[in-house]
Amino acid sequence: MDITINILLTIATAATPLLIAAIGELVVERSGVLNLGVEGMMIMGAVGGFGASYLTGSPWIGLLAAIAMGAVFSLLFAVMTLSLATNQVATGLSLTLLGLGLSGMMGTSFVGQPGERLPNLEIPGLTSIPVVGRLLFGQDPIFYISIALTAAVMWFLFKTRTGLTLRSIGDSHTSAHALGIQVIRYRYLAVIFGGACAGLAGGHLSLVYTPQWVENMTAGRGWIALALVVFASWRPWRVLAGAYIFGAVWIGQLHAQAFGIPVPSQFLSSLPYLATVVVLVLISRNKRLTMMNTPASLGQPFVPDR
Amino acid sequence: MSANQDGTNLLEVRGLTKIFGTLTACDHIDLDIARGEIHALLGENGAGKSTLVKMLFGSLEPNSGEIFWNGQAVRISSPGAAKKLGIGMVFQHFSLFEALTAAENIALSLDDGSPISSIAAKARALSYSYGLPLDPESLVGDLSVGERQRIEIIRCLLQTPQLIILDEPTSVLTPQEADKLFETLERLRSEGKSILYISHRLEEVKRICDRATVLRHGKVVGHCNPREETASSLARMMVGNEVQAVVRAPVEGIDKAQPLLEIRNLTRKPATPFSIPLKGISLNVRAGEVIGIAGVAGNGQGEFFESVSGEVLQQDAASVRIRGKDAGGLTITGRRLLGAAFVPEERLGHGAAPRMKLSENLLLSRHATDGKAFVGAGGMVKSAAIYSAAQRIIVAMDVRKSAPDPEAAALSGGNLQKFIVGRELDRRPSVMVVNQPTWGVDAGAAAHIRQALIELSRSGSAVLVISQDLDELFEISDAIAVMHNGELSKPLPIAEATFEKVGLLMGGAEPGHAEHTLETA
Repeated sequence: MDITINILLTIATAATPLLIAAIGELVVERSGVLNLGVEGMMIMGAVGGFGASYLTGSPWIGLLAAIAMGAVFSLLFAVMTLSLATNQVATGLSLTLLGLGLSGMMGTSFVGQPGERLPNLEIPGLTSIPVVGRLLFGQDPIFYISIALTAAVMWFLFKTRTGLTLRSIGDSHTSAHALGIQVIRYRYLAVIFGGACAGLAGGHLSLVYTPQWVENMTAGRGWIALALVVFASWRPWRVLAGAYIFGAVWIGQLHAQAFGIPVPSQFLSSLPYLATVVVLVLISRNKRLTMMNTPASLGQPFVPDR
Repeated sequence: MSANQDGTNLLEVRGLTKIFGTLTACDHIDLDIARGEIHALLGENGAGKSTLVKMLFGSLEPNSGEIFWNGQAVRISSPGAAKKLGIGMVFQHFSLFEALTAAENIALSLDDGSPISSIAAKARALSYSYGLPLDPESLVGDLSVGERQRIEIIRCLLQTPQLIILDEPTSVLTPQEADKLFETLERLRSEGKSILYISHRLEEVKRICDRATVLRHGKVVGHCNPREETASSLARMMVGNEVQAVVRAPVEGIDKAQPLLEIRNLTRKPATPFSIPLKGISLNVRAGEVIGIAGVAGNGQGEFFESVSGEVLQQDAASVRIRGKDAGGLTITGRRLLGAAFVPEERLGHGAAPRMKLSENLLLSRHATDGKAFVGAGGMVKSAAIYSAAQRIIVAMDVRKSAPDPEAAALSGGNLQKFIVGRELDRRPSVMVVNQPTWGVDAGAAAHIRQALIELSRSGSAVLVISQDLDELFEISDAIAVMHNGELSKPLPIAEATFEKVGLLMGGAEPGHAEHTLETA
């Protein structure tokens, strides 16, 4: 029993950073901007979060620093692609490369230092309920943030006027501009929100998942988050499903490797990717729905004529 | 505002000027619009009409000049500011979002923050009261162009504007839908609203407009009462000189001529959720005739052209036959080698590579068919031969350009179109398929292109023209077929065709074409 709960808890821990980064990127892409710099923003969040926590001794300050670091780093992308209308793909890729390099440089003095982990939730009486207690009331704070964030983004995108405006910009920025919508301002806010989310996801890695700083510790999670957004056809609940499927299969294959199942470990390591793609492709079979949810102006620079 | 109800005009424009680089798109424009009038803004493509209305609607900022609203000088800095004053606009290229519902589209342009459900109810009520029924829950991507325009109009009316700007509203409508629109406009006028009506269709301007302002090359060249003018006197004001009339000699005994292009039961599944499937299209185009295909935009014409030209291959090779040979499985080059030539709708990026010279564009489309003339031993390009062929086309089609061999993108739309049509005509193709031959081309050049297409057919080729411009089709076609919702009607011989008949077909009056398939097979 305990083993099952432990496995479920590790799945949640593995899925949380993917979910947060992907939800942030989903909002960015819904506004019509493709930011391939998720990996870079995440690693900056990780190093910023760990650094602040290490220097102040408070993982909570680390958490805030991670968010701020991601947001500030994404601002660089926003200025380049939105104000200067550079190519979004190239700029996003350089953001990732820059983030990986810069974080390595900033983190040299943190390597090998012990970090402090964000404490798990403890609610007297509730956390100690057998089985569900620890699953529902005993996890790290970022887990709860990630679930609330997904629900909030869903509500925002599909139930609010501002969310409708954001989606309309993603569908056609020229039409939105013709209606007098401030395309660039919305996109700035979306990109910064995406950056803050990626930073938070990175903070989860260095403050919860493995409370220490290791160079390159995001290990491609930013790219997985990016892929999740596309395979989830830009729908928040599917991103949630995708993140948890990935997390589950990943933890599952780790245990399988530990048990010494006679299957090549490379194959097992590739299973999470395979499973996520297969499941998400199956749930987005409806071509029409997928087309409708795809932001039609994704990745196109917008230069208003005045 | 109400203090100024007497005397002053609703809108006055004085000396409005807009400069793009070296081009003066609008040059000291003066314009007055009174309350309760339909005011026409006339001019050819590129005369500055769209630039002017964009400045009135706040999407472009003028370089100089003044705008008075109810006698007060105003600065319209954004579409939002224009809406606040009471200016509404129905765009030519719709500013709708395909992936959203009609109600969501309407909500986006209203800033009052009321819930979508109440906006939907209001839009539905308003649309029925104006006789423009609308389902607010439907997705815009699923709607016809006419229905989309209704959304634009309803959206505009919900903002209770004093002045409504309509940019080329009938260019996408069937004649019957246009009649419906005119009724709505007349009702709005009787309610005291003013309308600025932009068009290059002179007959409808004569019919509904009270006054007209004519633009040419960015300048106002005249004000007039369109009801007192004739269509040709208005055309003269727009163009600046007489437009050559197109001559079309009737053809004799066409039934005996050999069909050079045969389309048999051409069927195609929709490529995207918003595109139109082709349903069993059959058509013969014989040597010596021009067949026109009419239809409201977005009824499958683009899909049909792609299938005929070979941009998309057919599974059934016999569904497209060129000069008696099955061509359905052949690529564009394969079909060209059989003697066919194609002019797509989109000039830049489809008909021509924008950043390449005209001579290079010539080689791109003709290296296979004219290999011997243009490509020498070992695949070396014969630059001199291509250059002189390009010059031959430029002279034949009267292409006006700034350099001897400019990039395609450096030419104006009309001149590039003349070159592209000329490039294909120069081959003397036995089958010529053209999509929107004169879209965005000025009247003089359009007449030139139309005459050239007629002459090609009279020299023994089969010519198929797809166009949204009914006047053009009636001018050049020997028979007109109508495409509606992916189906093609029986071709009406030009002697029997009337605007009304064709208009009804464009609206989908004729169901199914089973008998037609039998006849042509």
